[in-house]
Amino acid sequence: MSRPLQLLDPQGHPTGPIPWPRPRLVELYRWMILGRAFDERALAWQRQGRLGTYAPFSGQEAAVVGTAAALSPEDWIFPTYREVLAGVMRGVPLSRYLLLFRGHPLGNHVPEGVNVFPVQISIASQIPHAVGAAWAAARRGDRTVVLVYFGDGATSKGDFHEALNFAGVFRCPVVFVCVNNGWAISIPRSRQTASETLAQKAAAYGFLGVQVDGMDVLAVYQATLQAVERARTGDGPTLVETVCYRFGPHTTADDPARYRPEQEVLQWKALDPLIRLRAYLTSQWGWTEQEEAALWKEAWSTVSRSLEEAETVPSPDPTWMFQHAYGAPPGSVLAQLRAFREER
Amino acid sequence: MRSRTMVEALNEALLQAMEQDEAVVILGEDVGLAGGVFRVTDGLLDRFGPGRVVDTPLAESAIVGVAVGMAAYGLRPVAEIQFAGFLYAALDQMAAQAARLRARSGGRFTAPLVVRAPYGGGVRAPELHSDSVEALLCHTPGLKVVVPSTPAEAKGLLLASIFDPDPVVFLEPMPLYRATREEVPEEPYRVPLGHARVACPGRHVTVAAWGAMVPLGLRAAEELAGEGVELEVIDLRTLIPLDSDTLLGSVRKTTRLVVVHEAPGTAGFGAELAALVAERALYHLSAPVVRVTAPDVPYPAPALEDYYLPSTARLIRGIRAVLEA
Repeated sequence: MSRPLQLLDPQGHPTGPIPWPRPRLVELYRWMILGRAFDERALAWQRQGRLGTYAPFSGQEAAVVGTAAALSPEDWIFPTYREVLAGVMRGVPLSRYLLLFRGHPLGNHVPEGVNVFPVQISIASQIPHAVGAAWAAARRGDRTVVLVYFGDGATSKGDFHEALNFAGVFRCPVVFVCVNNGWAISIPRSRQTASETLAQKAAAYGFLGVQVDGMDVLAVYQATLQAVERARTGDGPTLVETVCYRFGPHTTADDPARYRPEQEVLQWKALDPLIRLRAYLTSQWGWTEQEEAALWKEAWSTVSRSLEEAETVPSPDPTWMFQHAYGAPPGSVLAQLRAFREER
Repeated sequence: MRSRTMVEALNEALLQAMEQDEAVVILGEDVGLAGGVFRVTDGLLDRFGPGRVVDTPLAESAIVGVAVGMAAYGLRPVAEIQFAGFLYAALDQMAAQAARLRARSGGRFTAPLVVRAPYGGGVRAPELHSDSVEALLCHTPGLKVVVPSTPAEAKGLLLASIFDPDPVVFLEPMPLYRATREEVPEEPYRVPLGHARVACPGRHVTVAAWGAMVPLGLRAAEELAGEGVELEVIDLRTLIPLDSDTLLGSVRKTTRLVVVHEAPGTAGFGAELAALVAERALYHLSAPVVRVTAPDVPYPAPALEDYYLPSTARLIRGIRAVLEA
């Protein structure tokens, strides 16, 4: 088995030519910093009671940013609860996702014109949806590519198999991104499958699978650009496995000390995708302390502002649940809504 | 007007829906080349091509899950599950995904799709080919559940379901597929969801039924007519939305209700109807509500199914019970 694709080694040294100009690289870095800042603040806010259950993603920024950045405006993404950063990159306001973690129903209401599906809670269920959207796009002659995220645990589920199999048969314009962070809550990747890699599963479905160093945003970006290009030109799906790590708990309700050694976390933190890209920018592109500080300052300010925005959104109208259950509601729902209004 | 079986009427509904709207696509196992195991999709592949009639891999969860994505992208997919007993494999996609996409996204994304499935017993089919799963689906908010009982209604109800804004499970009573022919109007028409039909008017006992239990009710009505007993057989047609007004109106008139269904009794849809009548028409009743149903056991081997399913004789015993109470 070949090694995962890598463009930067853990010290940030390029392993080959890197084709993108400085602004593009800085853009990727800027999104990763925003993600890290958001994640750190969100954890703190959860402890303060300002957010409900939260699923942190520190350690997975390269996997998310490198994939979402490879898309065009017309493309669609199907995220899980751990890829809200991808949704933000595609145009969902950060405050929407804060509302989501605050339990507000507006949190999954993606603005019109933004092609981001509501975050999926059930594992792997969104994969067939993405394939259906991709099939529909191809049938309509749109040049849309659909990108769907899921974790290593999802590859054990039936919907993963059924969806990839379907996409292979119809050569749907879809990119499957497996964010392999090593752990499905307490179950290690080795217990999900006896396969050597997750990427190799693509071979069984008749399309290409690529394993990428998920702590190297440039490798993720390059692999996804190629996958998106294949999808857009009618060459069908690709499975991109990004090998990364969840630095924190599964959610704020989880205690990873029960199942994984701190030593392992430290080993992965040494591979931090932000540190790696910064080292490269510094050595090759003259990245300065001032520029670094400016990006962080901008990120902290964006994140703080988004919480302020979220906290000023009024509590939802309680009839929301009735109003969005059906397009043409049954009489029983209308009667229950009337009774609900009368009781209040 | 031409005489049509239910299979032919459903086929015509699909064809006309596809003519009316380019967004309508069909997907499922054996729906293309084979025309569906019951031939409901016969000829549609030739007519509309593989871009609109899709033979899928053998994967129920993906068929419904892919249909959710198609619908969210703007198509109107009509998915076929070969037999309702195989719906269990797709229940996650139906209950946890299709049913709540609108609610989850606050209306930003919707899943206007139809899942068609033959259901019901009495045709000596292998295991898992005869289950009546309607109660599971009726207890899944976000879904609609439609069950035709005649060819003409099957056509109009399917057209209405395809163009409904919500996900609809369309359960086709297998024993009625080719049981009768009747006049079916040629032009496209929609039978609106949420309206029951009085299949046979009468003054003495209301029989609430759907699918293959409707002709059973009509047979009972014929048999009892000789005794001067008039049954009012209500064909609910759509379980969700439920036309409670028609049912309650009938019960207030007859003061007696028998519900007949093929599914097991406990927590079946008949329980919902009995509860509805208890809540809103109790003092009109002259007798306790009787449910004539299958027992609370898994659908048995074909050699036993006649003992499992409600029969005309059992239905008449139930009717006598409400008359004699």
